[in-house]
Amino acid sequence: MNLADILAILNARVLTNQVPLQKTVESAYCADLMSDVLSFSVTNSLLVTGLTNAQVIRTAEMAAIEVIIFIQGKRPDSQTIKLAEEKRIPLLATDLSMFDTCGKLYERGLRSQFHHLNQAPIVTVRAQSV
Amino acid sequence: MNNVEEGVFFLTGKDFTNAGAASSSLKGVLEKRGVPQDIIRRTAIAAFEAEMNVIIYAVAGMMKYRITDTEISVTIQDMGQGIPNIELAMTEGYSTAPDYIREMGFGSGMGLPNIKKSTDYFVINSMIGEGTTLEFTIHLIPCDKERA
Repeated sequence: MNLADILAILNARVLTNQVPLQKTVESAYCADLMSDVLSFSVTNSLLVTGLTNAQVIRTAEMAAIEVIIFIQGKRPDSQTIKLAEEKRIPLLATDLSMFDTCGKLYERGLRSQFHHLNQAPIVTVRAQSV
Repeated sequence: MNNVEEGVFFLTGKDFTNAGAASSSLKGVLEKRGVPQDIIRRTAIAAFEAEMNVIIYAVAGMMKYRITDTEISVTIQDMGQGIPNIELAMTEGYSTAPDYIREMGFGSGMGLPNIKKSTDYFVINSMIGEGTTLEFTIHLIPCDKERA
């Protein structure tokens, strides 16, 4: 799913300036626990979160997350946005709840993909045609 | 050919503004060196987890790295309270983090297990009241026989 589709589906806004928006994500991961993101997330993914501090940007940087979307009208401060701009990670914001954000993306075919807890191979949630 | 690169970053406890800066710099070094993306990701995740531990729990610390043609080794040494029970600390979900750390998205007891998961070699040494030293290594090539 590309970033333009995500923006349209969630009626979202872009918070970062001068960060390229021509991005495509293969899966999504949703968490407020950055430790979980670092443990379980996979590359080429979208992070849906309600946490807005600088650690979210750092976590995305280390875990090679492509795009972050903040839910429910939450906004990071300008310093956090600046860090994302430096790291070239686009930040999006939607007014939808976390449940609705994930629901709408799922409805349009986006699925999660993650590392299993016991170091087993990556789990892919089977995508179905919509 | 033995192209060794070494460096050190200093870490300050409770400095949450710069938490992650050292791991970010290390990631930059690896990118410049042309290390494969999946190895960079594993190193960055392990370094970041270790760096956050120092920021959260210790007074100060440092992160040393050494990159050779065959491996990346990182040592994170801190002046902190030490870990009383390392086995317990290695258990997924076990944490002693205060609430304000959890509100930042950390302290869910996944840090040390995640470092173990991300690396090829991982050792912890800890002394109560003195501090903790973590060492981890990630192989750059799975087998060394071509160079022997």
